[in-house]
Amino acid sequence: MKRDLHIVDVTLRDGSHSMRHAFTEEQVKQVAKGLDQSGVEYFEVSHGDGLGGSTLQYGFSKVNELKLIEAAAAQCSQAKISVLLLPGIGIKEDLEDAVKAGAKMVRVATHVTEADVAKQHLQLGRKLGLTTVGFLMMAHMAPVEKLVEQAKLFESYGAEIVYVTDSAGALLPHQVTERIKALKDNISCEIGFHGHNNLSLAMANTLAAVEAGATYVDGSLRCLGAGSGNTQTEVMAAVFERYHYQTGVELYPIMDVANDVVAKFMPRPQEINGSSLIMGYSGVYSSFLLFAQEAAEKFGVDERDILTELGRMQAVGGQEDLIFEVAREIAEQQKHTV
Amino acid sequence: MNKCKVGIIGSGNIGTDLMYKLERSDALELTVMIGIDPDSEGLKLAKDRGYQVINNGIDGLLDKMELADIFFDATTAKAHAHHHDILSSYGKKVIDLTPAAIGPFVVPPANLEEHLDATNVNMVTCGGQATIPIVHAINQACPVDYAEIVATVSSKSAGPGTRANIDEFTRTTSRAIEKIGGANKGKAIIILNPAEPPINMRDTIHVLVAEEGKQEEIKASIKRMVKYVQEYVPGYRMSGEPLFDGKQVSVFVEVEGAGDFFPSYSGNLDIMTAAAAKIGNEMAKKGLAVTKN
Repeated sequence: MKRDLHIVDVTLRDGSHSMRHAFTEEQVKQVAKGLDQSGVEYFEVSHGDGLGGSTLQYGFSKVNELKLIEAAAAQCSQAKISVLLLPGIGIKEDLEDAVKAGAKMVRVATHVTEADVAKQHLQLGRKLGLTTVGFLMMAHMAPVEKLVEQAKLFESYGAEIVYVTDSAGALLPHQVTERIKALKDNISCEIGFHGHNNLSLAMANTLAAVEAGATYVDGSLRCLGAGSGNTQTEVMAAVFERYHYQTGVELYPIMDVANDVVAKFMPRPQEINGSSLIMGYSGVYSSFLLFAQEAAEKFGVDERDILTELGRMQAVGGQEDLIFEVAREIAEQQKHTV
Repeated sequence: MNKCKVGIIGSGNIGTDLMYKLERSDALELTVMIGIDPDSEGLKLAKDRGYQVINNGIDGLLDKMELADIFFDATTAKAHAHHHDILSSYGKKVIDLTPAAIGPFVVPPANLEEHLDATNVNMVTCGGQATIPIVHAINQACPVDYAEIVATVSSKSAGPGTRANIDEFTRTTSRAIEKIGGANKGKAIIILNPAEPPINMRDTIHVLVAEEGKQEEIKASIKRMVKYVQEYVPGYRMSGEPLFDGKQVSVFVEVEGAGDFFPSYSGNLDIMTAAAAKIGNEMAKKGLAVTKN
C-alpha cells in the first residue's frame, strides 16, 4: 500500500475521555475490526491519559487497558496498535506490558516544554522495536523556537516521528503552518499533527499541517475525543481523497464504522458547546471538560469561569485536581461578593 | 547542650540549601561540606560561612572522619552506594537524600521513631515527603484501601536527575505510599508545570477509605498532621478543607519553601532538606549519635 499520509485513529484512546474511560471489550473489538477493514494503518488504544492513567485523578478504566489492547490486536489483519504514555503517569513497565498485549507503536507525550522527561521511554520504545513517536502536547503554549528545541531533544532520544499536539484545540491554521514548517526545516524526523476541534478548526488545521509537510495525522471517528473531539477521521479520509493524497483509508467502510458502530455508543454528540469553545479560546487542555462540568455543578459556579481561570493559571495537561480547587475558590469569592 | 557534629556530602543545590537549614538547628553543628567541584557555589558559600571544605569527594574525608558523626548525602544514587560502604565501616550514620534507598524510607511524622537507630535512612522523594504524612494521617483514622498522590512542581525546580529518571520518582513514591503511608495500594503521579512566575509545589492526595462516615475523625487527624509537618516546613498548608465523596477523600496541599538557598516556590526541594534536617535533629536529641568528646 502506497501512502502519502498516515492516518492514526485515536477513537479508542482520546475517545476514552468522552466515554469516561468506560470502553467495553465488545465496543473496542467492533471499532478495531472496522478500522482494520477500512485500511487504517495505526490506531491507538489506551486510557485517555495514557498507560497507567486509570486513577482517581483521571477516572478509573472500566476494563483494564491491557485487555482492551489484546482484544483490539486480535481483530487486526493489517492495522497496528499504538499506545500513549505520559511520563510521570505511566512507567516503562507499563509499556513492556502493552507490547506483550500487542502494541506496535508508542507515542510518548510530554508538555511542550518538558521533552527531557521522555528520554528513557523513547529509548525503550526503540529497543522494543516499536515505531517510536514523541508527542509535544499543548503546542500553543510555547513559542516556535522552543518547540523546535524540544523536538530536537525527542529526535536525539530516538523518536522517528515528532508530533505537534494541539491538546487545547487553540491553534489557528497559520500557527500550525508556522510550527510544522519550523520542524520540517530543523529536524529530520517525520512530522505529525494531532488536533482538537474546540474552535471548529481541527480539519482546517490538519490540512494546514499536511500542506506544510506533516505526514502523520490523527483523527477520531465521529470526533470521539476530549473536549469537542478531534479531527473527524472519516471526514479526513474524504477531504484528503479530494486533495489526491493517498491515505489507504477507504471511505465507505470508515464511514460505516463511524456511524454504525461508534455513533451507537457515544454518550453525547461531540458538538462545540460553551465550555469546549472556551477551552479552545483560552487554551485549556481538552480532557478537563467533563471534570469542569462536574466541578461547576458541585460548587454552583459557571464552568466557563473555571476554564478561563485555568487558562489564566497556565494549567498543563494532567492537572485535573486543580479544577476542583479553582471551582471552590470561585464559589468562595462569589459568596463574599454577594 | 553538646551539639552533634554533622557533615554534608554534595555541594549542589540540595546540599547548599541543607547547609542553611542546619545552621538553625539547636542539636546539630555543621562542620564540613564535601564536594567534587572546587568552583561550585555550594563549596564557596560553605567556606565563606566558616565550614571546613573538602573538594576531592569522600577520599578527602578519609583521614578526617572525626569531623562528624552524621552525614547527609545529597549526591547521586550511584555515589551514595560507595559513600555508604565507607561511612558505615567507620560507624557513621547516614541520611540519604538520593534515590539509592539502601536504608529504610523515613517520613518524619509517620515513622521516624522506628528508625532512629538505623545507620542509614532514605528520604523517599519530594512527593513522598509532602503527601505520605497525609495518607498516614487518614489511615490512622480509617484504613486506607487505595491512595494516589499527584505532585505538581514548577519546571524550574525539577533538576536533571529527576527528569532523566522520572519513573524512579513514580515507582519509589508509590511503594512508600504503601509501606509508610499504610495504603493497601499506592500510585504516584508527577506533573511539571512551566508557568511563569513559577508555581509553588502543589500536592493532591486522593484516597479510598475502607468505610464511610469517619469524616470528623479523618479531618481531625489530617489537621494534627499538618501542624506536625509545619514544625519543620512552616510553608506547608492545606488549601481548603478535605473533600469527601462516598469513600473518596481528596486533600489539597501547597508547599512553600523557606527560601533559604532555593527560591520559595521550590517547596518540593525545601521539604526534602527540611525533613532531612528534622531527622538529624531527632537522632541527635535521642543521644544516639552524641559525639564522644
